[in-house]
Amino acid sequence: MWNYTEKVIEHFIHPRNVGEIENPDGVGEVGSLACGDMLRLSFKLDDEGRIVDARFKTFGCASAIASSSALTEIIRGKTLEEAERITNRDIAEYLGGLPEEKMHCSVMGREALEAAIANYRGEGAETRTLEGTVVCKCYGVTDEQIRKVARENRLTTVEEVTNYTKAGGGCGLCHERIQEILDEIRNGKTAPTTPAQVAQEKKAKGLALTNIEKIHIIEQLISERIRPALRQDGGDIDLLDVDQNVVYVRLKGACENCPSANYTMRQFIEKEIQREVSPSIRVEEVRA
Amino acid sequence: MKAIYLDNNATTRVAPEVIDAMLPFLREMWGNPSSMHTFGGQVGRHIERAREQVALTLGAAGPDEIVFTSCGTESDNAAIMSALAAAPDKKRIVTTKVEHPAVLNLARHLEGRGMDVVYLPVDSQGRLDLDALRDSIDDQTALVSVMWANNETGVVFPIEEIAAICSDRGVVLHTDAVQTIGKLPCDLRETPVAYLSMSGHKIHAPKGIGALYIRRGTKFSPMIIGGHQERGRRAGTENAASIVGLGKACELAMAHWKEDCRQMAALRDRLEKGLIDSIPRVHIHGDTGHRLPNTTNLGFESVEGEAILLLLNEHNICASSGSACASGSLDPSHVMIAMGVPFERAHGSIRFSLSRYNTEDDVDAVLTHMPGIIKRLRELSPVA
Ligand code: FES
Repeated sequence: MWNYTEKVIEHFIHPRNVGEIENPDGVGEVGSLACGDMLRLSFKLDDEGRIVDARFKTFGCASAIASSSALTEIIRGKTLEEAERITNRDIAEYLGGLPEEKMHCSVMGREALEAAIANYRGEGAETRTLEGTVVCKCYGVTDEQIRKVARENRLTTVEEVTNYTKAGGGCGLCHERIQEILDEIRNGKTAPTTPAQVAQEKKAKGLALTNIEKIHIIEQLISERIRPALRQDGGDIDLLDVDQNVVYVRLKGACENCPSANYTMRQFIEKEIQREVSPSIRVEEVRA
Repeated sequence: MKAIYLDNNATTRVAPEVIDAMLPFLREMWGNPSSMHTFGGQVGRHIERAREQVALTLGAAGPDEIVFTSCGTESDNAAIMSALAAAPDKKRIVTTKVEHPAVLNLARHLEGRGMDVVYLPVDSQGRLDLDALRDSIDDQTALVSVMWANNETGVVFPIEEIAAICSDRGVVLHTDAVQTIGKLPCDLRETPVAYLSMSGHKIHAPKGIGALYIRRGTKFSPMIIGGHQERGRRAGTENAASIVGLGKACELAMAHWKEDCRQMAALRDRLEKGLIDSIPRVHIHGDTGHRLPNTTNLGFESVEGEAILLLLNEHNICASSGSACASGSLDPSHVMIAMGVPFERAHGSIRFSLSRYNTEDDVDAVLTHMPGIIKRLRELSPVA
């Protein structure tokens, strides 16, 4: 039996804030049935922008349930800016610690919170779309997730990465790549591998992007985040051209004649690209 | 509150009769059985008596076919390594995907050292494909190692047929019978198994004692080398008290197995039916027609096994789970995966395994609490 703290057991046996909020301001869902844990978090804001209500539904083990319960307790009363600063460590600490092998439960909590906030800001569907390239196919974990969690928790071994993200816990084929990522972090460089990653690094340092770098980021955004989201509703998108700050796209499938296409264009596609590339980006639809 | 113990495939309570039989060997008769003097020699005689009891239980041709080991894992390892040593030019081992880690991890280890290992698949009910077994045996095959009954699902493999195939093809067969003894009849005079492993703590003897059956005429090369104990087949001073305990446990198993099995099967069926009748979306994992009488493995949709176990534990009910989270790995049990049980159900699988000490009250306690536990967890679940 796991060595759970009393608080973990307490939150598992008497979880706080179970359920779903009707008309929530933000909803985030992470994990999957196949992976053995899944968390759906919803929250509501008051007039001052503080989280007045947060609720969860979790499929998972005792520590997944306890982590979800703890998360909802931690974020109640916080502004989104404050909530955004919560790390998986905060969740684990609130519970008096989690067994190392179960730290991924706390990471799942933090990711659900991120997804819910992103959903509130109109930055994504409620089911999280992952940033980066998938490294661990067994558990669908990307290099970006591994980097982030490894940095925040100062992880140094593949085993630790598995404990915190599940990456590497299946067939083991990704171990080498995880080790590379850890080596990159240790050597103080993230060794970007794709042009889009080079561009993103540059942007993170506040340096101006060249046109070609912008195009790489936009292509990556479209293929990894925008297109999958549109496809969920039967739509699709093609990138046609990028001219200075104007991005030309064509909407396809169900999006083509959709009455809310303009809304999707401004509130989702344009915002997504603005956030990653520059606020002065405009997206124009070119009709066939 | 009394613990309701339904995890007997993990380990069993030491029978009071076994403890009584062992105590003199901890208190008064602590001599070394290898000693020349009477003080040690009398211990030796009891060890030989235990060997006879084990041989009788297995239907061995004689006590000389029994070697005492420290556990089932050691027996498995000794059998497999010995078969390989006996056929140094052969490079293939045939086993199954659902073996106990004592066999599976050894096979993987040997694979890393250049052995060719065939892991036979099972179907959705955990049954072995005997044609695949037949086809996988070639001239290069040093041994076939197939468990008699699966620890997680209780599914029983047709060991007589498997033995017949192996003897047809002239290949030695090892069977891990750790879960079978005391739950199925065993007569090795009828079944041409070369090696059979058993473990004490699964049959109400203590932990740290096991036995390996080695058919007369089978080549054997020892893993533990030292003194002449066990006729040179396993060195090291005998664990006399535990050996006597194992002998006694075998005697009890022989005397009671029919009654034990009838009672365990009746309780198991009552438990299974009660759970299925009172809880929606439950599935039995494994071939119900060919199962150990004491085991049921149930998959509860939309909930996770470790969470069920811990809530059961709140009511002092002990069971076990095929869920990954309970084990520290991330994938559900290899047995569930091999059977192609959908992941979401495999994550929510629970094994109840009974012994002769379980009662109707134990079963009723599970039937009282389990529906509420599943309901509660499903209310928490985003996918229920
Ligand atoms: S790809 Fe990462 S464990 Fe299989």
